Amino acid sequence: MSLALPAPDITRALTRISHEILERNSGSESITLLGIPTRGAHLAKRIAAIIETIEKVPVQVGTLDITLHRDDLRMRPPRALMPTLIPPLGVEGRNVILIDDVLFSGRTIRAALDALGEIGRPKSVQLAVLVDRGHRELPIRADFVGKNLPTSIDQSVLVHLTELDGADEVLIEGGAK
Amino acid sequence: MKHLLSINDLSKAESIAILDTAQELARVSDGPMKKLPTLRGRTIVNLFAEDSTRTRISFEAAAKRLSADVINFSAKGSSISKGESLKDTAQTLQAMGADAVIIRHGASGAAQRLADSKWMSGSVINAGDGTHEHPSQALLDAFTIRKHLAKSGEDLTGIKVVIVGDVLHSRVARSNVLLLAKLGADVTLVAPPTLLPVGVESWPCKISYDFDDALVGADAVMMLRIQLERMSEMFFPNAREYSRYFGLNGDRVKSLKPTTLVMHPGPMNRGLEITADAADGARSVIVEQVSNGVSVRMAILYMLLAGAPEGEIIGINREVGAL
Amino acid sequence: MSASNSNYLLSGLTLPDGTSSDIQIANGVITAIGKSLPKQSADQVIDFKGSVVLPGLVDLHTHLREPGKEDAETVLSGSMAAAKGGFVAISAMANTSPVADTAGVVEQVYALGQSAGFVDVFPIGAVTQGLNGQTLSEIGAMADSNARVRVFSDDGNCVHDPLVMRRALEYVKKFNGVIAQHAQEPALTIGSQMNEGINSSRLGLKGWPAVAEEAIIARDVLLADHVQSRLHICHLTTAGGVDIIRWAKARGINVTAEVTPHHLLLTDDYADSYDPIFKVNPPLRTQRDVEALREGLADGTIDIVATDHAPHPAEAKECEWQEAAFGMLGLESALSIVNQTMVQTGLLNWEGVADRMSRAPSRIAGYENHGGKIEVGAPAHLTVINPTQTYRVDRDLVASRSRNTPFHGMELSGVIQGTFFRGIPTYLAGQLTSIHSNGSNSEAQGGSSR
Repeated sequence: MSLALPAPDITRALTRISHEILERNSGSESITLLGIPTRGAHLAKRIAAIIETIEKVPVQVGTLDITLHRDDLRMRPPRALMPTLIPPLGVEGRNVILIDDVLFSGRTIRAALDALGEIGRPKSVQLAVLVDRGHRELPIRADFVGKNLPTSIDQSVLVHLTELDGADEVLIEGGAK
Repeated sequence: MKHLLSINDLSKAESIAILDTAQELARVSDGPMKKLPTLRGRTIVNLFAEDSTRTRISFEAAAKRLSADVINFSAKGSSISKGESLKDTAQTLQAMGADAVIIRHGASGAAQRLADSKWMSGSVINAGDGTHEHPSQALLDAFTIRKHLAKSGEDLTGIKVVIVGDVLHSRVARSNVLLLAKLGADVTLVAPPTLLPVGVESWPCKISYDFDDALVGADAVMMLRIQLERMSEMFFPNAREYSRYFGLNGDRVKSLKPTTLVMHPGPMNRGLEITADAADGARSVIVEQVSNGVSVRMAILYMLLAGAPEGEIIGINREVGAL
Repeated sequence: MSASNSNYLLSGLTLPDGTSSDIQIANGVITAIGKSLPKQSADQVIDFKGSVVLPGLVDLHTHLREPGKEDAETVLSGSMAAAKGGFVAISAMANTSPVADTAGVVEQVYALGQSAGFVDVFPIGAVTQGLNGQTLSEIGAMADSNARVRVFSDDGNCVHDPLVMRRALEYVKKFNGVIAQHAQEPALTIGSQMNEGINSSRLGLKGWPAVAEEAIIARDVLLADHVQSRLHICHLTTAGGVDIIRWAKARGINVTAEVTPHHLLLTDDYADSYDPIFKVNPPLRTQRDVEALREGLADGTIDIVATDHAPHPAEAKECEWQEAAFGMLGLESALSIVNQTMVQTGLLNWEGVADRMSRAPSRIAGYENHGGKIEVGAPAHLTVINPTQTYRVDRDLVASRSRNTPFHGMELSGVIQGTFFRGIPTYLAGQLTSIHSNGSNSEAQGGSSR
């Protein structure tokens, strides 16, 4: 097990991502942040807090659970559902920023796009992830990346956040040494 | 879990999981997402050998919201009414590729016979079998009670529920007693002695012949439908006596706490077991029970059909939550 | 070699009293009993070491379904099932179609039994015409017919009208007969499906309360006493019923009672599966009832074991409980179950089994050629069982035409090794042979497998 991203680097990455989002979208007025539970939701809250500190106005933030849109449901026992909370201004015509902790095969994001499509028609959908570990199985890419972490397929990337796991860290486990 | 035949098939944790899932599905399907692709490509058959528009439509709506294909097989005009046996009907459904059969039948145990038989291989969901059980009704009743009187993720500890009426012939009563007790509620059954089964003393609830006495401190009152045919079988002398002792009338409603829920699985005999005051009053959640039914049935279908078939887990073991 | 001249030596047996012995039979009678009889005198020596021999079993309660429901069973197939179960005489209940309420029908059934040649089939006559419960049937005509009917029963139905029951009890005295009552108060059992109790309340199946049986038994023992007639109670199933019979006998009332093997073993817990293979009338009851029945059979309050063998075709059992017919097979597993529940538990010894399953039934029904002691000169009706061997019941291997045995898949203790009827082996080494075609029996060394 190795430490890929210690706590201070996580904070810096989130701050940079927040600035990049504001830069790309010319401020926070048109954006709606939607975190993908579980850890994406916490990251979304953090990014929202950072953006509010910079812009000094509240930002639209919520969660988007994708369990019901997964393409691999039949492979495991039924999963518990997480909350989907769409903020008041909705998604119609908005710049939606999906936020997740790790981007891997891309299937989660594909499911998120499907779920979003049921809700409405955003003006654009952008993707922010803390870690991009490669090995895409679908043509999906992130707009904002905290850290690019090349990994081998048999390794695992573990993201720990203080809100859930007591500490901030990104670890890589397993694989051939 | 492959079948849902009885509340006894569910552990306490599984029951709470269904309620939690129903809660999230209710929020999702009331709000942003009307239709979910989760059960796309699955075929669900409603096998209703007994008439029931309400329950059948509820299951149908639940299945369609999850994008399943629904086939309705109802009693009237079907081969069942012409005397085709349960076995032959089941084999026909198997040939049609049914992934799940939701069965409502006049014979107690019909759902279990279907599930235990080798006639078909899909999941069986009991939508009411004779006077045995009606698990989805109990789940939606518990969901309704919890929504008003307890919190998400929690059980019903300390909540006092009074169930009144023809317990002897009621599958709703049986499933409710089992589920409410499982969730920690304090249940009292009220009925004339003729309408309580021999052996009811072994059920996890209290028994009372005195409705007014049982209502003291009640958090929810669930009225059961009384069939007038029971009068000719001498379970009680006439409708007047029944209503006087066991009907939820205006006076009894006034004696309830403002937060007490008035419930009824439907259809109601207005004026017999329940008056208009009670059915339409502020405490009544009877209409809400119906809409909660769709969410609860969506949760049941999700839990039974969305995941891996029992015992079968395939695919690479990837870290949870990250794809 | 003619079968009826066959001379058999059965060696290594244990008699009901526990002593070891050989038995020689010839020309239909027992010709010698003793240790190590000379083997040379016999045409066929059969080694029955480890087995117990009983007087040929007699069943007072069998449903042969013919005439009328031959898809379920015939006199022939029922006779074969009986022979396989160690029986040499069975009593055919009258609820056939047409009902056995005339000399014509009972003579027909009797003749079918004789021509089948596996057991003596003694028809039972209906008490009332067409089982209508209202008008007496031609009891005299049936008693005087070739079938010489002495047992009369509406079994399937209860003779529930007290006046009709009184008249029947009185009238049958002239013919030295006995009324066998199926005790079930109809008004308390409308639509009933299983024993009324904790299980029925939970399963949502309409209950059949014990009191519906006990109330009729109580009434009828008092009636029998009042008119000084004999009464027999079919398939007793409740602890309360045992108490009533015990009380009646203590008062000198001339009542006898029977219990089925399934009521000695099974309880209403089996209904949990909703599999109507366990649906029977009267229903399976509670463990407390099972224990009282066993004690009653042990102390003689219950006089006999009777199978109530009730075959039904597959479609009558492959459905919902409510739709299914009531009844279980019983002939082939009866002795094993009595072995398991009564002998192995120490409640009854083999003398007791000989009494309950051969002597007493013959006495109650007046079957003169049956139920006698195993002694030289007696008719050679014998049942041989190895009590320590076990077997797994397989419904696909039964001799009955129907498959509705509740014991399918169960391991039972006690395997029938041979059945001798009029001195000829009808069942031996797993083979069934009619006495008419007997002559090509395979050489047996004992130990058949099912």
